[in-house]
Amino acid sequence: MITVLRDIYSVLWVDLRFLRRHWLRTLATSLVNPVLYLVAFGYGLGGGISFDGYSYLAFVMPGIIALTAMSSSYGGAGYKLHVDRLFYRCFDEYLMSPISLFSLAVGKTLIGVVRGLISTVAILAVGVIISPALIVSPLFMLILVSSCFVFSFLGVLVGMWAKSHQDMTTFNTLVILPMTFLSGTFFSLNQLPGAVKAVLYLLPLTHSSECLRAAALGQTFPWLSFAALLGFGLLFFAGCMWALKRASV
Amino acid sequence: MEEFIVTEKLTKTYGDVTAIDALDLKVHAGEIYGFLGPNGAGKTTTIRVLTTLTKPTSGRALVNGFDVVKEPDEVKKMIGVVQQHVSLDRDLSVRENLEFRARLHHLGSAERKKRIDELLDYVGLTEEADRIVDDLSGGMKKRAMIIGSLLHRPKVLFLDEPTVGLDAQTRRRLWDSIRRLHLDGTTIFLTTHYIEEAEALCQRVGIIHRGRLIDLGKPLELRQRLGLVTVETLVDNKETRYQYFADREAATSYVQNLPSDAKTIIIRDSNLEDVFVELTGRKVGDD
Ligand SMILES: Nc1ncnc2c1ncn2[C@@H]1O[C@H](COP(=O)(O)OP(=O)(O)O)[C@@H](O)[C@H]1O
Ligand SMILES: [Mg+2]
Repeated sequence: MITVLRDIYSVLWVDLRFLRRHWLRTLATSLVNPVLYLVAFGYGLGGGISFDGYSYLAFVMPGIIALTAMSSSYGGAGYKLHVDRLFYRCFDEYLMSPISLFSLAVGKTLIGVVRGLISTVAILAVGVIISPALIVSPLFMLILVSSCFVFSFLGVLVGMWAKSHQDMTTFNTLVILPMTFLSGTFFSLNQLPGAVKAVLYLLPLTHSSECLRAAALGQTFPWLSFAALLGFGLLFFAGCMWALKRASV
Repeated sequence: MEEFIVTEKLTKTYGDVTAIDALDLKVHAGEIYGFLGPNGAGKTTTIRVLTTLTKPTSGRALVNGFDVVKEPDEVKKMIGVVQQHVSLDRDLSVRENLEFRARLHHLGSAERKKRIDELLDYVGLTEEADRIVDDLSGGMKKRAMIIGSLLHRPKVLFLDEPTVGLDAQTRRRLWDSIRRLHLDGTTIFLTTHYIEEAEALCQRVGIIHRGRLIDLGKPLELRQRLGLVTVETLVDNKETRYQYFADREAATSYVQNLPSDAKTIIIRDSNLEDVFVELTGRKVGDD
């Protein structure tokens, strides 16, 4: 047990060193998108509209936090891993060392969680100032942390699975980008026809943003969505372990 | 003699490509074993299998008695690997890279520091310790990789074409480091496509060609089998013919009895390249 924790920290350590050296740039780049969305949609498009009984800004804020959690965690866990494997080719060093694949998977996930939390907390700080309707409860934080884990697992999975840079960009364009806009981040799923809605419930970000929004605005909490989010987490983690096992053939 | 690495009919195929083909190797404890072969011969694949990174298609491999497929964790504790390509995190400093590897191998914090300083000094990299890897020369990167592979005091060190791309001086410094490790008792498995490297460093050389071990012996034995003296003759002014003789006298008497249309170019000592060409019909380094 102690060994597992120590190994997880060893894996995390090296990525923390990188983050420490580049923290300002990392933070700045991961905040560009959410701030753009906030200005364009929250103020620009949605200024003056009210939505489900809230100002559009209050409505969209949890969605933006959810997508920040997704992109920072997914990218934070996936990109460096991908670069380490295919370009720096230092990933074999992990596989030749006596640490377990479990420790490796968790360690590589945690850097995504750390980066996801840094970005979302920064956005959240802006959020509570400009949108006082936002309730940051322990439940909200629980969902936020869970979301970071779910999308970090996905990042590790894709970072391990991608055989080329093109695989990675293809996945981003076909899955991550549509998910950013369609998962009820910027609009309410209730506006959509049932069939479309059903499809969108297959996206983890949908559940993440529904849960965050309900918690932030004090609505009835969709426990089923929370369960689905955790289900995605388990699925992605199993995928990480599979991808890591496959790495040594 | 104690065998440190043993492979039996070790085979790895990638689709239609047979990277290594029924290899039977025996590497003695404490020796520098050279694995000599052209590009694509299967050297890296052999190292990847022996270091648990790649699973063999068939056959088996033991490192210090442990099976690389069934007991990879035992094997990992004993091996150090310097890969053919730079396998450092180029965004981090040398020291950070080393500390990272030391952590992965469970060195405690005091030991980490001591061992890293000691090894930096051993290969003369102390001054460069805090520089970012990306800014270092090729030779420095290689030395940093060697330190990285030694932190946990491996019993066997795998070096995959360690001197490719290095200038002559750096290469010799690296050879010296390898010899010192050998004197300290480390078993060394070194691949190379440089003949002179195999001759300069290795006690025994296995010649690998298209995934098969085609000859094995001390560099001197290999040359003796061929003939220690080579005569190069120009035939019809266009093709060089190579003849091999046990000694100078035999070579000289051959040259004296040559027909007049054949021109002798040179009489010289045979080298491993001659051995290789005779065995495979091509030069090392040819693709
Ligand atoms: N991952 C791989 N996938 C497909 N073919 C491979 C792979 N690795 C090596 N090979 C093939 O196996 C053969 C041996 O390669 P390698 O072991 O790298 O040779 P060497 O290190 O002696 O240059 C080559 O034909 C190479 O193309
Ligand atoms: Mg090679």
